[in-house]
Amino acid sequence: MKKNLLLTAFFAMLLSFVSQAQDINILLQKAKAKIETVKDYQAQGRMKTNVAFLKVPVATVSVFYKKPNRLKVKSEKGISFIPKGAVSINMSGILGNINFTVLDAGTDKINGTVVRIAKLLPTDDNSDIVLSTLYIDEASSLILKAKTTTRENGTYELEMTYGKYAAYSLPDKIIFSFNTKDYKLPKGVTFDFDDGVAPPAADKSKNKKGRAEITFSSYVINKGVADALFN
Amino acid sequence: MSLMLEVAHLSKQFKDTLAVNDLSFTVNEGDVYGFLGQNGAGKSTTLRMLLTLIHPTSGEIHLFGKNILDHPNHALEQTGAVIERPDLYKYLSAYDNLYIFAKMSGIKPTQELIMKNLQLVGLSERAQSKVKTFSQGMKQRLGIAVALVHNPRLVILDEPTNGLDPQGIADMRQLILHLSRDLGKTVIVSSHLLNEIEQIANRMIIIHKGSKIAEGNVAELLDPGNTLVELDTTDNPRAFSFLQQSSFTHGLEQKDGLIRLHMDRQEIPRLVETITTDGQGILSVRPRHSLEDYFLSLTNPDTHVESPANRIV
Amino acid sequence: MWNLLQIELYKISRRSRTYIAFAAITAIVLIFQLAFKADGTAYLDFMSQDVMDTFQFDKSKAINGYFMCYIILNTLLVQVPILIALVAGDAISGEANMGTLRLILTKPVSRTQLILVKFFASVIFTIMLLLWMAVTALFFSMLIFGVDDMLIFRSKGDVSQILQITKDDVLWRYLCAFLYATVALTVIASLALLLSVFAENSIGPIIATVCIVIVCTIISNINVPIVDKYAKPYLFTSYLVGWKGFFYIASTEDGETIKGSMENWPAVRNSLLTLLGYIAVFLSAAIISFRKKDILS
Repeated sequence: MKKNLLLTAFFAMLLSFVSQAQDINILLQKAKAKIETVKDYQAQGRMKTNVAFLKVPVATVSVFYKKPNRLKVKSEKGISFIPKGAVSINMSGILGNINFTVLDAGTDKINGTVVRIAKLLPTDDNSDIVLSTLYIDEASSLILKAKTTTRENGTYELEMTYGKYAAYSLPDKIIFSFNTKDYKLPKGVTFDFDDGVAPPAADKSKNKKGRAEITFSSYVINKGVADALFN
Repeated sequence: MSLMLEVAHLSKQFKDTLAVNDLSFTVNEGDVYGFLGQNGAGKSTTLRMLLTLIHPTSGEIHLFGKNILDHPNHALEQTGAVIERPDLYKYLSAYDNLYIFAKMSGIKPTQELIMKNLQLVGLSERAQSKVKTFSQGMKQRLGIAVALVHNPRLVILDEPTNGLDPQGIADMRQLILHLSRDLGKTVIVSSHLLNEIEQIANRMIIIHKGSKIAEGNVAELLDPGNTLVELDTTDNPRAFSFLQQSSFTHGLEQKDGLIRLHMDRQEIPRLVETITTDGQGILSVRPRHSLEDYFLSLTNPDTHVESPANRIV
Repeated sequence: MWNLLQIELYKISRRSRTYIAFAAITAIVLIFQLAFKADGTAYLDFMSQDVMDTFQFDKSKAINGYFMCYIILNTLLVQVPILIALVAGDAISGEANMGTLRLILTKPVSRTQLILVKFFASVIFTIMLLLWMAVTALFFSMLIFGVDDMLIFRSKGDVSQILQITKDDVLWRYLCAFLYATVALTVIASLALLLSVFAENSIGPIIATVCIVIVCTIISNINVPIVDKYAKPYLFTSYLVGWKGFFYIASTEDGETIKGSMENWPAVRNSLLTLLGYIAVFLSAAIISFRKKDILS
């Protein structure tokens, strides 16, 4: 009996481990399933860019998405500087068509919400993504934060806030953080007006992170998006 | 005749050259006043000072009753001038040049006025030709038209015959006489040629190295009978007052301890006789050369003639 | 005075050399426009090579009339002083050389008046030249390349920046920039005029003006601390490019540009005042020396 008990305890423990491991996979599947309910969308939003060398106004942008992994950010008027990694504004970019190994990395809190942390390691050695860390809200199966390290574009981070379109796993607001290089104009091309104000020297060492923030005002979901828009 | 121009003790120092030295002279309304001197004598400098182009180092110039330094426009409004070359805007037509300078002179030029002035100098047919196509004589005449366009009382012409052919010189002479006789202008004309001045001027000044040599009536200055005589007697003051009572008073003065006067050379024996009758002993009588001889000697350095000294006629 | 100015402008308008400047500007502007029409994106690639790694932007939109004008002005305003010197340097010396100066001065025209007239004529010429630049470099470019937001590539000390100005926020900046350029080029005109007083042919003051501008521009751009501290603030050439200040738009803490703003208006205003000071100094010096001058030409 004692033996039985021990065995039961062991199996229970084992089960709990296994169930937890399954849990994160299931959670990921649930999140993915939710994301995949969206075949296409087009969204209106305002993009605010914050990069040391870029002084730009808030841009009105349209975002177009079409399965499996096509995404286009277009500026409605004027010129917009769109971060190149913007493809991953949609999570299907990470979850969509790559095979990966999932590791459960415990829990964390984002804005008071307990989140599960899943680390995704692509199985394909040639994948551009080296590692993705997803912070998933268990209750809603929504990804609140994603950190992705790529070979080409460094590490970038997505933080998403959901609202009206949470059912489709589409955020109302997305903050995109990424690494930037220093920008330097080719020497000697301009005679610039020196207004005597030295640029803040601290900028250089401190923050080479750029941020782009898109606040979506509306989505049109699964109503079809013309292929031509992605060209 | 009223006084138009009065120059008093005028001097101009350029760095280390004294270009004009204590020059005084007067020009009356209606004069054709000759300014005679070699090249570099200071004629142009003096004329430029009359026109406010050059600032005098010292001395005063009164034109039309006012000091020109204080009232330059008062003087310049009533003066027309051609200084040295008659340089005009070569890329503009004769008409345009005249129009521009008429406007600068403060008048409203009508087409009629412009054409009348071009006619005066015989250029009415070339009114629309650009000045760069003009001969030297035509430029000279256009320059005079520019000087006359605002109907000035005084016309100053600096070496107006320079660079002209004999016909041009004759035309210019006629033009100056026309200005004086028919239009009643007062003309100051400079030249380095005595005969030129002689033909047109009624009064003149001769300057050399910036100083006045003689000034006065042309006819009298160039009169061969008009010789400066220097006299030394045993009692000069007494002889001087004696001569003041006599007929030998022309240009009579005491200078450097000597008595000086202007007279006909032929009269010297009578002068000696006059003084000796007063009981004076004559120590010396020195007739100096005539002005013309002297001026010719300046222009021809081979002949040396002593200065006739300052002469007033 | 107005009469004299009319005469002066008439004279300038009748000289062929006046039109050299307009022809030169037209040629430069056309070459720029043709080059950018043909291969403008290559230029943008060159200017934004570091940015392209992280960002993408619509380069065909970026090459628009506003951007073109800025690029053209950036180059042209360095050369235009030569064209200004060509006319202003000739103002007095040219008359002296032709011999007409003594004729003018025998007319009831005061010397102060004459210098002022020459000065205003040069200013009007400068304005005409800038208007022509506005027409060719701005309006023609707007026609050829259309209108969109404007990108400014700027190096500020050790760092570089890209500023974006929305298209509805651009024209007033150009208006101010052209006005500023008028003042800046008037400094050149008054310098050339001052030098012109002392010369009896026009080549001297024209070359001298150009040399002074070149030497001072080089010193202004040496970027050695001791020069920056002791020489740069006193050279008028340091302020010639101040027109760009109108395009340096201010931004919030997090890098969002503020419509209708300027990053550093006091600096631009002070530059403007410095330039006006230079004009006053050069012009007064020209008047004083011309009044004293003996006209021997």
